[in-house]
Amino acid sequence: MGYRTTTAMRIVRTGMVNFVRNAWLAIAAMAIMIITLTIILFSIIANATFGNTVQQITDKINISIYLKDTTTKAQTDRFVEGLKQLPNTENVTYLSKTDALKAYMEQNKDNQQLLAAINETDNPLPATIQVKPRDLNKLDDIRAYADNKENKKLQSDPMSDSGDRRQAIDKITHATNIMVRVGVGAVLVFALISVLIIFNTIQMAIFNRRDELQIMRLLGASTTYIRGPFVVETVIYGVLSAIISILIINAVFVTASSSLQATSFGLLDISYAQEFFGKYYWQLFGMQLTLGILIGAVSSTIATARYLKFKTPKK
Amino acid sequence: MILLDRVTKQYGKSPDAALDRISVHIEPKEFVVVVGQSGAGKSTLLKLLTREERPTSGKIIVGGIDYDKLPDKRIPLLRRKIGTVYQDFKLLPNRTVFENVAFALEIVGVSTKEINNTVPRVLDIVNLKDKAKRMPMELSGGERQRVAIARAIVRQPKILIADEPTGNLDPKHAWDVIAVLEKINRYGTTVLLTTHNQDIVNKLKRRVITIKNGKIASDRSSASYNDKKADRL
Repeated sequence: MGYRTTTAMRIVRTGMVNFVRNAWLAIAAMAIMIITLTIILFSIIANATFGNTVQQITDKINISIYLKDTTTKAQTDRFVEGLKQLPNTENVTYLSKTDALKAYMEQNKDNQQLLAAINETDNPLPATIQVKPRDLNKLDDIRAYADNKENKKLQSDPMSDSGDRRQAIDKITHATNIMVRVGVGAVLVFALISVLIIFNTIQMAIFNRRDELQIMRLLGASTTYIRGPFVVETVIYGVLSAIISILIINAVFVTASSSLQATSFGLLDISYAQEFFGKYYWQLFGMQLTLGILIGAVSSTIATARYLKFKTPKK
Repeated sequence: MILLDRVTKQYGKSPDAALDRISVHIEPKEFVVVVGQSGAGKSTLLKLLTREERPTSGKIIVGGIDYDKLPDKRIPLLRRKIGTVYQDFKLLPNRTVFENVAFALEIVGVSTKEINNTVPRVLDIVNLKDKAKRMPMELSGGERQRVAIARAIVRQPKILIADEPTGNLDPKHAWDVIAVLEKINRYGTTVLLTTHNQDIVNKLKRRVITIKNGKIASDRSSASYNDKKADRL
């Protein structure tokens, strides 16, 4: 067996032995790590769920363009095709006068008086083009196209995205944007605070063993040989913490789902959260593992650095 | 083997030098005792040799290595060539006696098989073969110091530096440790021992360098002991 393989195996073995021998320290550091990873995972799921709720609200927003009864099929087709070409158009639906009436009657099927009144007159509803935008923040191109001179002539009424409605849509869009940003910000802040706490815990753990590091240094051990076992040890913290953290979230969703469903969580749609967790289980677990390993390795690398310096100031 | 040429060491901005233009030459296989009161500069001298400290001026060459030309990253390699024994033992507290001694071999990549052969043999030299599985906390001061010696000699260094190895020991254990150092010297290792125990100095009858206020007050060769003995007869 080569020198490097022997050394690498020794580093890993020493790290594992240290993990067992320093069990209490390991438990303390892991407890913080588990809390951190669980908070981060929970924040991600909550953010995704919240984002989904926002999406559901914004999905219901579309722009209706009302056409004059004199508009020909060719004109309508050209108008629809033009709208479809716009980059921010997700889809375009055309409702003829008859379709619009059918939909209206369906919506008001319980209001007999209204239905009777409609039956007595000719169809008063205009044909409608409904445009679903991809991004609510970028409605200007759709507005501009619908309101150009040629298309404006075809419209019987101002389109739905105007006046008070336009303001309402803008407000919803603005509010949801802020909420998504706050969600992402909260995840980042949680992650940062947690990383600092873990770093401090690991640094304290290494501080307790600084004499050991200095003795190794005096005996001629290389930086890698001294630091390696500490990194291995903290990587073990990371792996175990990631596993325990995902099991905790798992347990919350699996065993406590019924009680969660019964609780009102406002904007948090628990069933979507469960679905999201199930769908991305392995990706989330992979992220937890990577995060745990990274936090452990980086913290121990930085925390050991100050004890591994050669105390030989230049002349 | 060891050469110090006009070496001065000053700590911080202190006007008094811990070592003041010291020049020493130690031949291979010599056993040299460095004596002096606390604060005389003995430990500073040894710290310069193990490169824990860097001299303010002067030249140090040990085993052919010129310290002026030694980059920091090569310091571990230098320390692997010198065995060091400290007054406070400096044993790894979470490792057994066997593991403490084996550590010195592990860091240079010696195979496990060879370690399993060598360590018991060295523990036998310091009479600790039966305590291989003990933790340092379970040993007496003298036993701990012998573990430290075993760790220092297991790589068969050409130079062994012992900084007050008997400082924390009662007379009986102190003599056990000195006996081990003499044995190692007989095998061909250059030994540099610091002590302020006059009894040890007198009975060892080796070259004695006395340091006083950072300067060499006397450098008496082992031959002078024999001369004195002859005079008395």
